[in-house]
Amino acid sequence: MLRFILRRLLQTIPVLFVVATVTFFMLRVAPGGPFDEEKRIPEEIVRKLEAHYGLDKPLWQQYLIQMKNLLRGDFGPSFKYPKRTVNELIADAFPVSLELGCYALLVALTLGIVAGVIASLRPNTASDYVPMALAMIGICFPTFVTGPLLSNYFGLQLGWFNPGGWFFPEDRVLPALTLGFYYAAYISRLTRGGMLEVLNQDYIRTARAKGASESRVVVRHALKGGLLPVVSFMGPAAAGLLTGSFVVETIFNIPGLGRFFVMSAFNRDYTMVLGTVLFYATLIVLLNLVVDVILVWLNPKLKFE
Amino acid sequence: MSLLRCRTVQCRLCVLLAVVLCAFPFLTGCGKRHTRVETGIRDQILHAGNGTDPQDLDPHITTGEPEHKILMALFEGLVTEAPDDLRPLPGVAERWDISEDGLVYTFHLRTNALWSNGDPVTAQDFVNSYHRMLLPELGARYREMLYPIRNAEAFSTGRITDFNEVGAKALDPHTLEITLHSPVPYFLSLIMHNSWFPVHLPTILKHGDIAERANRWSLPGNFVGNGPFVLKEWKVNSHVLVEKSPTYWDRDNVKLNAIYFYSTENVDAEERAFRAGMLHLTKDVPQTKIQVYQQNQPHLIRCEPILSVYFYRLNVTSPPLRDKRVRRALALVIDRELLVKHVTRGGQVPAYQLTPPGIPGYEPRARFSEDVALAQRLMAEAGYPNGNNFPGVNILFNTHEGHRAVAEAIQQMWMKHLNIRVTLRNEEWKVYLNTTQSMDYEVARAGWGGDYIDPGTFLDLFITDGGNNETGWSHAEYDRLIQEAARTGDMKKRFELFQKAEDILMDEMPIIPLYFYTRPTLIHPAVRNFYPTLLDLHPWKYVYLEPPSS
Repeated sequence: MLRFILRRLLQTIPVLFVVATVTFFMLRVAPGGPFDEEKRIPEEIVRKLEAHYGLDKPLWQQYLIQMKNLLRGDFGPSFKYPKRTVNELIADAFPVSLELGCYALLVALTLGIVAGVIASLRPNTASDYVPMALAMIGICFPTFVTGPLLSNYFGLQLGWFNPGGWFFPEDRVLPALTLGFYYAAYISRLTRGGMLEVLNQDYIRTARAKGASESRVVVRHALKGGLLPVVSFMGPAAAGLLTGSFVVETIFNIPGLGRFFVMSAFNRDYTMVLGTVLFYATLIVLLNLVVDVILVWLNPKLKFE
Repeated sequence: MSLLRCRTVQCRLCVLLAVVLCAFPFLTGCGKRHTRVETGIRDQILHAGNGTDPQDLDPHITTGEPEHKILMALFEGLVTEAPDDLRPLPGVAERWDISEDGLVYTFHLRTNALWSNGDPVTAQDFVNSYHRMLLPELGARYREMLYPIRNAEAFSTGRITDFNEVGAKALDPHTLEITLHSPVPYFLSLIMHNSWFPVHLPTILKHGDIAERANRWSLPGNFVGNGPFVLKEWKVNSHVLVEKSPTYWDRDNVKLNAIYFYSTENVDAEERAFRAGMLHLTKDVPQTKIQVYQQNQPHLIRCEPILSVYFYRLNVTSPPLRDKRVRRALALVIDRELLVKHVTRGGQVPAYQLTPPGIPGYEPRARFSEDVALAQRLMAEAGYPNGNNFPGVNILFNTHEGHRAVAEAIQQMWMKHLNIRVTLRNEEWKVYLNTTQSMDYEVARAGWGGDYIDPGTFLDLFITDGGNNETGWSHAEYDRLIQEAARTGDMKKRFELFQKAEDILMDEMPIIPLYFYTRPTLIHPAVRNFYPTLLDLHPWKYVYLEPPSS
């Protein structure tokens, strides 16, 4: 297993290199630059700013400098926030997104798995249709609809929570539910599909024949195999959840990473875009590795080779 | 208890699901407490929405309005604004003398003005600050604001290197003399801008080089200012917290203990926060909610005009728009009343000239009025009777629902009255800026807000090859009038020159004014001394909170 993990980690390096290179050049091809503003800046000041950030050098030199800095783990100064580095900004915002992502993941997994299992136990009955219909609604309602609805109802009408902000513990509830519901819908459908397949297997019939109780059959025997599709889905989904959602962070005014991810592209904040993209890419690669390890553990048919 | 005696797995899972759903809110706590607005009124802590996230709190680096509002709490210039009409009041300078020719300003600084670290604020601090602002290496974007000072431009562009030749001198620790290269009648209004604020040089040098943009002196913990408030917290994408300064000379008259400036980029989220009692003030109001508030809760909303204009630039180098008659025809058929009443719906004021109303002593006379018949005649004279042979025109705007709605309305008006083909093109903000700057457009949406209360802040835009002209338009007489106005100290003569320039601009029509902006704000009735002002600036030292019942 260790060799497998090490090999995968080594494979990560060229992947991240390609991501960094493509992002670097795509950004420079995009029209407009970081210093374009409605009130035009005098040409000589633009030149000073470009010199300050090293943008006056030939593109290949900029690329080499950037890559050298990346190797040292230094993303450089942010163009938008001149007094802060990209590393500092990510270090400040990531814990917020991580916390929100963990709560959302908890909501998504709890609701999704429970609803999926309920639906799979009596397929094509009311106990299947109801949770699956709810899941379909969940998939159809994007977060920019659910968010304001929850914020309006629980925040303004009932007054249970603040409709936005990230100051008190309870401020986590509405954004976590908004983000969690969306993923719960997918997870429940995947769980149902996985469980239905597993519940028809011979070893489940054997377990039942041996007199195992229904709950033991479901929890001990079926769930492990039934969750395989969910685990595969969770790799990229968890990376997305943990690095923050632009929509949910904007609706609830949360100082997370998701807003940087989108706004830095609009601002042509070159270093910030590269920083967030690489951070996101690293997380996806690492979480996919974790998922692969879990899959092998869950599925005896798979091996690390 | 019967629920807990579930026999089937489905039943147990259902119970589990229900418990999780119900327990989640309560685990995290959701008791009803006092709102931030209520505790704020009790403790004199103002909670204000402040729009986009501030980039920096260094007055020489920042350029935006949200930053300026925070800096007004953290710094004080030589003069400050009156809360109701922004007229100059004594700030660090308790009085000033102006020479007869209007070229030399002598400011007498108060002796009890202190920095937040206890150091006295001296005339040399102001000289040092102007020096830093003008250093070419700093690349300060707003350094042009200091160009009225004699030799400031020459120093800033490297033509002279000795700062002693620049017209800013500390005669003694509490006397500052500023010499201008020509009279600037609005000078006292100009120096209220944050680019004129003093900075504490020893603090800057402690954290790095004087001209280093990344110098971290303006972060919490390092920050030293001289305003009524000091910086306590600054969380990116969340808020800036300032607290009443114990060293400010007029601290006894500062009633607020603290101000939270929240970054509120999403205007809908900001409005929800206001309704939930989390904000005393908002930066903006969603367009769809303005009329609802005006009808149902008019005491909570303000929609006041500001010194800002929404207009269309016309590229006068593109063939059909080269002809002034075509440009005039396009401007004359727009029903601006309809536009503000049914499209923008925010109480905006129709614009029939470039300079917004409200500048004391300047009422533009170059107003045109809607005239469809004249427009059709002009088009016929230009060779496009009933729109025949007209190659069509494209309207460019940056991606935004509001801009699209305006563009669609104008598209309909031009098609209906002039029978011409009009297409629309939206581009993402930076792409749009790039396109307009490279003149790769025919008609482009634009907006402009004044930095100080003077017609020059608008009319200067369209001088030949001006950095923000972007229309390709050039007019020798217009340039001459603007340059002469810049040299004229007599306010009456100066305004007359501006009137003539605006006459030319509205006759030539390289731009089509559409409407003057208003600034809709939601304001809690407890907020006092917060007046509508033309620049939407509000000196925080006067603001306080008082329970509405009293």
